[in-house]
Amino acid sequence: MAKIVVDVMLKPEILDPQGSAVSAALPRLGFTFAKSVRQGKRFEIEVDGQPTPAQLAEVEKAAEKLLANPVIETFVVRVEN
Amino acid sequence: MKVGVVTFPGTLDDRDAARAVDAAGATSVALWHKEADLKGVDAVILPGGFSYGDYLRCGAISRFAPVMEKIIDAANGGMPLLGICNGFQVLCEAHLLPGALTRNHELHFLCHDQRLVIENTSTAWTSSFTKGQEVVIPLKNGEGSFQCDDPTLAMLEAEGRIIARYVGENPNGSRNLIAGITNERGNVVGLMPHPEHAINPLTGPTADGLGFFTSVLKAMVK
Repeated sequence: MAKIVVDVMLKPEILDPQGSAVSAALPRLGFTFAKSVRQGKRFEIEVDGQPTPAQLAEVEKAAEKLLANPVIETFVVRVEN
Repeated sequence: MKVGVVTFPGTLDDRDAARAVDAAGATSVALWHKEADLKGVDAVILPGGFSYGDYLRCGAISRFAPVMEKIIDAANGGMPLLGICNGFQVLCEAHLLPGALTRNHELHFLCHDQRLVIENTSTAWTSSFTKGQEVVIPLKNGEGSFQCDDPTLAMLEAEGRIIARYVGENPNGSRNLIAGITNERGNVVGLMPHPEHAINPLTGPTADGLGFFTSVLKAMVK
């Protein structure tokens, strides 16, 4: 079933202490690949049937108003099958 | 003089805020998040805590509570409104104040007595202080790091809208040591530390916090 996914990330210029903590923990476990880590949020929204353009537009509005805080965050809305 | 104190699910400091209002000589009025009714109050305090469990983002869900619609309208009309800690987060989410509060830079939850310097004494909530006065009140937060973009920061500095700054080491990573800010009009103030916990040396570190509550009395008399 298709779902609408909203990914929310802190803007690049906003300090992400959680991402930094994860980034610092990785090498302690022997994982040395990461130059940096940023942590975000993912929302999975189920709708009946295939999402319509109108629904996606509504989700964009909801993301702007509630799911993300545009002062500090960016978001991307997409459909995942 | 009636000062409303809002309780959301998860609010912790409503009782101390009400007690501080009463100690300052006003009458506290409990406001419930679900009731779109300000009960004739002259000013409102959004107290600290973890409204709606801090789900989504601190203050993000409380901002849409029925009582908030009335509060936002009243504040836009000039009603004094103070947001403390979680209340400050709600005010930013409601866009009554610029910027946002994010996770403390070292991730720890803080709880200590904090020295502040009061920089703007012309707001509804700070007129009892003198410019440059240092006060000590408790600071307790997990997400108290004030963040905004460079133009907003420059505007806050240029317009003197930073009402209080942390003195000494930056406790939470706030830009320019910002502990509290005001809106352009000076009726809406957001403050991360907790003046309501410092109104009496018997129960707090000092009585320095009382000044925020006596200030609003003066503002309402005017």
